[in-house]
Amino acid sequence: MMVRVLYFAWLRARIGTGEEEVAPPPEVADVATLADWLAARSPGHAAAFADRTLLRAAVNQDFAAFDHPVRAGDEVAFFPPVTGG
Amino acid sequence: MIRVQAEDFDPGAVLAEFTAGNGRVGGICVFVGLVRDFHDGDPVTAMTLDHYPGMTERQLAAIEAEARTRWPLVDVLVIHRVGRLEAGARIVLVATAAAHRAAAFESCQFLMDWLKTRAPFWKLEHRPDGENWVAAAAEDDDRAARWDPHP
Repeated sequence: MMVRVLYFAWLRARIGTGEEEVAPPPEVADVATLADWLAARSPGHAAAFADRTLLRAAVNQDFAAFDHPVRAGDEVAFFPPVTGG
Repeated sequence: MIRVQAEDFDPGAVLAEFTAGNGRVGGICVFVGLVRDFHDGDPVTAMTLDHYPGMTERQLAAIEAEARTRWPLVDVLVIHRVGRLEAGARIVLVATAAAHRAAAFESCQFLMDWLKTRAPFWKLEHRPDGENWVAAAAEDDDRAARWDPHP
């Protein structure tokens, strides 16, 4: 399956890109297993995903918990807690 | 109405246009947020506002819709800037228009509290000695939580 993954704020800086199209294996079924798989892609990914308590996620532009399912064609974003306003 | 933009805005002109010709409005409450030139005692020269295009507008619209279910609002305006903003620059404007002031005051505070914790924006501070991604403040979570559960 293909998944579009987006990174914001310091995650983008650590990973070196704000967006990538990835094809995770079938065992990737939710946000948590996607994060595990992404973390192994590069040292930058590993650094970005090292502490999950610092991360929030969205699936198809709605906030999602790490047990939220991920399906083919989804847009999944990882970012720190928001600081706007 | 939701506006996410790089350009500055003129609060006076924006507010004049906001309720022009609408006789049902008895009052407007407005909050304008600015870039401070300090953070935890350290000087800040500018901030860059990062955001998630698409989700930002979607979440702001959801926050506006929630405010409209809780208070009898005639209109709502949220303007949030993105990109690099120098110290003193305007970042955000939230305006609420209602027949009576209580709804305008309360909903304006609600909108800012939820925007701070639910709209996907991130602040990068530029300081004389480098850059720093601003960490979320526990105080903001506490303020947003005051609005739960639904009254």
